[in-house]
Amino acid sequence: MLTLLVFLLPLTLGLLYIVAKDKIGNISILSKVVAVSLVVLSGFVYNSFTQNLPVLEHKTPWLTAFSVNFHLALDGMSVIFVMLALVISALIVLIVDSIEYKNKGLLIGLICLTTAALVGLFMSKDIFFFYFFFELALLPVYLIANIWGGESASKITFKMLIYTVFGSLLMFVGFVFIYMRAQTADISSLQTTVSLLPASLKTLLFIGFTLAFAIKTPIFPFHTWLPDAYTESPTPATMLLSGLLSKMGIYGILRILVPMAPEGIANYGHILVILAIIGLLYGAIIAVKQGEFKRVLAYSSFSHMGLMAAAALTLSEEGFQGAILQTVAHAFSAVGLFYVAKIVFEKTGSRKLDDLGGLVHKTPKLAVVFMVILLSSVALPLTNAFVGEFLMLKSVFDFNQTLGILAGLSIIFGAVYMLRAYQKVMFGPEKSNFKDFSDIGAKELWVFIPIVLIILFFGLFPQPILDLSSSVFKNISLK
Amino acid sequence: MYPILFLSVSGLLMLFLGLGSKKLNLLPVQLICLFIALVLVAVDYGKPGFYFNSMVEITNNTLWVEFTLILVAFLVSAISSKQFDEDNAHPAEYYALMQLSLVGALLMVTFTNYIMLFVGLEILSVGLYVLTGSDKRNLRGNEAAIKYFLMGSFATGILLFGIAMLYGATGNFNLNSGMSQFSLLPEAKIFFYIGMLMISAGLLFKVSAVPFHFWTADVYQGAPSVFTAFMASIVKIAGIIAIYRIFSTGFALEYQIWSKYLAIIAVASIILGNITAVFQDNFKRMLAFSSISQAGFLLLSIIGLGSKTEGNLAFYGLSYGLATVSAFGVYLVVRTNVLENGRPSENINVFNGLFKKNSFLAVVLIISMLSLAGIPLTSGFLSKFFVLNDAAAKGYFYTLIIGVIMSAISLYYYFKPVRAALSNVDVNQQAIVLPFWTQTGLIISTGLTLLLGLAPDLFRSLF
Repeated sequence: MLTLLVFLLPLTLGLLYIVAKDKIGNISILSKVVAVSLVVLSGFVYNSFTQNLPVLEHKTPWLTAFSVNFHLALDGMSVIFVMLALVISALIVLIVDSIEYKNKGLLIGLICLTTAALVGLFMSKDIFFFYFFFELALLPVYLIANIWGGESASKITFKMLIYTVFGSLLMFVGFVFIYMRAQTADISSLQTTVSLLPASLKTLLFIGFTLAFAIKTPIFPFHTWLPDAYTESPTPATMLLSGLLSKMGIYGILRILVPMAPEGIANYGHILVILAIIGLLYGAIIAVKQGEFKRVLAYSSFSHMGLMAAAALTLSEEGFQGAILQTVAHAFSAVGLFYVAKIVFEKTGSRKLDDLGGLVHKTPKLAVVFMVILLSSVALPLTNAFVGEFLMLKSVFDFNQTLGILAGLSIIFGAVYMLRAYQKVMFGPEKSNFKDFSDIGAKELWVFIPIVLIILFFGLFPQPILDLSSSVFKNISLK
Repeated sequence: MYPILFLSVSGLLMLFLGLGSKKLNLLPVQLICLFIALVLVAVDYGKPGFYFNSMVEITNNTLWVEFTLILVAFLVSAISSKQFDEDNAHPAEYYALMQLSLVGALLMVTFTNYIMLFVGLEILSVGLYVLTGSDKRNLRGNEAAIKYFLMGSFATGILLFGIAMLYGATGNFNLNSGMSQFSLLPEAKIFFYIGMLMISAGLLFKVSAVPFHFWTADVYQGAPSVFTAFMASIVKIAGIIAIYRIFSTGFALEYQIWSKYLAIIAVASIILGNITAVFQDNFKRMLAFSSISQAGFLLLSIIGLGSKTEGNLAFYGLSYGLATVSAFGVYLVVRTNVLENGRPSENINVFNGLFKKNSFLAVVLIISMLSLAGIPLTSGFLSKFFVLNDAAAKGYFYTLIIGVIMSAISLYYYFKPVRAALSNVDVNQQAIVLPFWTQTGLIISTGLTLLLGLAPDLFRSLF
């Protein structure tokens, strides 16, 4: 029942908001209710999973002639991603609440629908629904970007849409192909079917799946949609993209690619790892040179995703654990940083780093939270990203020493571009063109305090996540 | 059988309603007639049998196909609300011809005899030739009507020639005569093959598959939009089911021969339709080329011939019909705001800023385009999944890859109207008038598109 509830609650909330649209009287209170209910739901998920309550599976026949079932279940990996999706969405709803947007009800509704699709994806035990939600999660984000973005957003998000749909359609070919052989769409029983295929077909499957997740994550060189999409989209869409949708790629690698194409990874996985490391460095180096705040964050996000993908593809326990830990950490820091960027833009009217400066005198609170989130982003010890980053680097180092050293460079680059951005925004001479700049208030702190708390809490006590993700490692069949 | 009888009579009676005062609003009458026909389908349900001297076969499967056709016709009629209000329009004749054409379509999905196929095809086509040219002041409409009539009668001629060949080879007009053709003399066999080829050509023309697609774009563009919607949905569904009936019974033993050629035709239709549609800025032409590619997808289902095929075709046909009705319904309402040379514009930019002006219409448009493109949540995704899966299961794996790649390409043009609707330009236009029946029709078609996308077993498990 709980699994169904987890899926249906955001869906219902989303639909209610869309239907009600402008008729909602006090949207601020309602959005807080939504956020709290999503967080409470994630608490229930954690509670019932850790106590092994027998409510974690839901299965209904859906397409009898094709033996497709609507099958949702929570296992170790799902729990982490589902909770992440719920909590991050709650944060994004609160963020939207604190910023002026036209037609806010519709916006929050679309965010809830994205959450529903993501939660559905993370719980699907049926490839049909895996694909279904994989495609679907993008649509509300596309609509958000188009309705609330400028003219250029339409073009750029369209490029992103075509790009990612193309990738997922290739995955669809793979799905249909193995479905045809097995005549079942159940993910776990398909794994055995896949192992019986001839080698050449396994390679083809591997290529199809890889492209889908490499575009979604994105892994170099399939990242070209990312910088523009992150920069030009309105902030809620950017947060959804960087905080949650990119995690679909990591989830897909762990859930589909590794179990269903183990030979492919054994034979060609190193190429992917190398590409991911190239992307990691490439993104970091480019981020150093960017003149726009949001663009720095976009490339930094791309760089981080590269390390996560590389670690997951090393097929080691450290790699998996690190990738999952970092998935959680990065989601919070990405959302926090894009929110900082949005606040700075709202109050100064500029995204150019050169136009900014000296904000620290007027906004001490913002400066502090920005610094904490930034430190998490550069994986300083005591922040939640440190353990993940450490595990990931170790896994890459074990995989190949040269790659490990190269990946380690990214920490230095990360510190360079993030601190450079911080310095340009916060320090230096005060620019005169924004005089009535006030510090952040209670509305913003409602968002920042949970983020900061989570960063510090999981920095000090990463064990809960590690416990969950270690069960993931046991679930993934390795040779 | 009752829907066929009823619609033949009601169609004729409808003609007389046009004799009196011209200002009579005939739309409710038309909708009532089609609704009664829908109810009569239910009356027929569960009573399979042969009618009209065994020339027509009614089974529960064909009844669901009939249901699909009548439902789509009902929705097309609903979106025609307020479209025939000018003084020189003749709604009584239009509606009568639509009903009679529908009778032809119903015969095409139930025939067991080649003569009945020919009769059904002609009843369907003749009505449509007239409807295509019904807007006499429109030069393009006249051109389209002539073009459609000449090419259509040529195609029917070829079909008839094929039937004659088959008759020569087997000695009767029965659909299943091909089943016994192995007892034919070797000299007679060649006539059977020629007949098969010509019958295929005649019917492929009707569903506008490559290489018989040349008429499609001009005719779709020239015909009045209501009838374009009618043509795009009804003719395509009826035509493909007719092809299915022939290929699954009459030609079933020759599967190894025709499936290869049909696969090439299907793939060519998908590729050519999609690639050409990418370059269209005219909404109706774009949908015309998209319909060519949809015909290709429908043919893939025939290649994957099996026990599921009829259900797949009906599902695909229904979902395609619903999406087409939604798309044209929105276009019919929106286009009156934008004139081009004194006529309603057909450019895709008529949808500019639609989301801000009327979000209901924008949502309907978006869902119909998503359904045509085959994005999950809509029935279009499942229908594509069914046909691609079937064709691939029969060993035509390359059709799966091409179909999927072309689906990705099709996103480009299906999203043109979506992007226009979501854009911010051109918001200061006059308000959109949304007639009651159009709105009802759009709610039904969009609702069903989503319902079938979310719960396909409601319809799919009936077969």
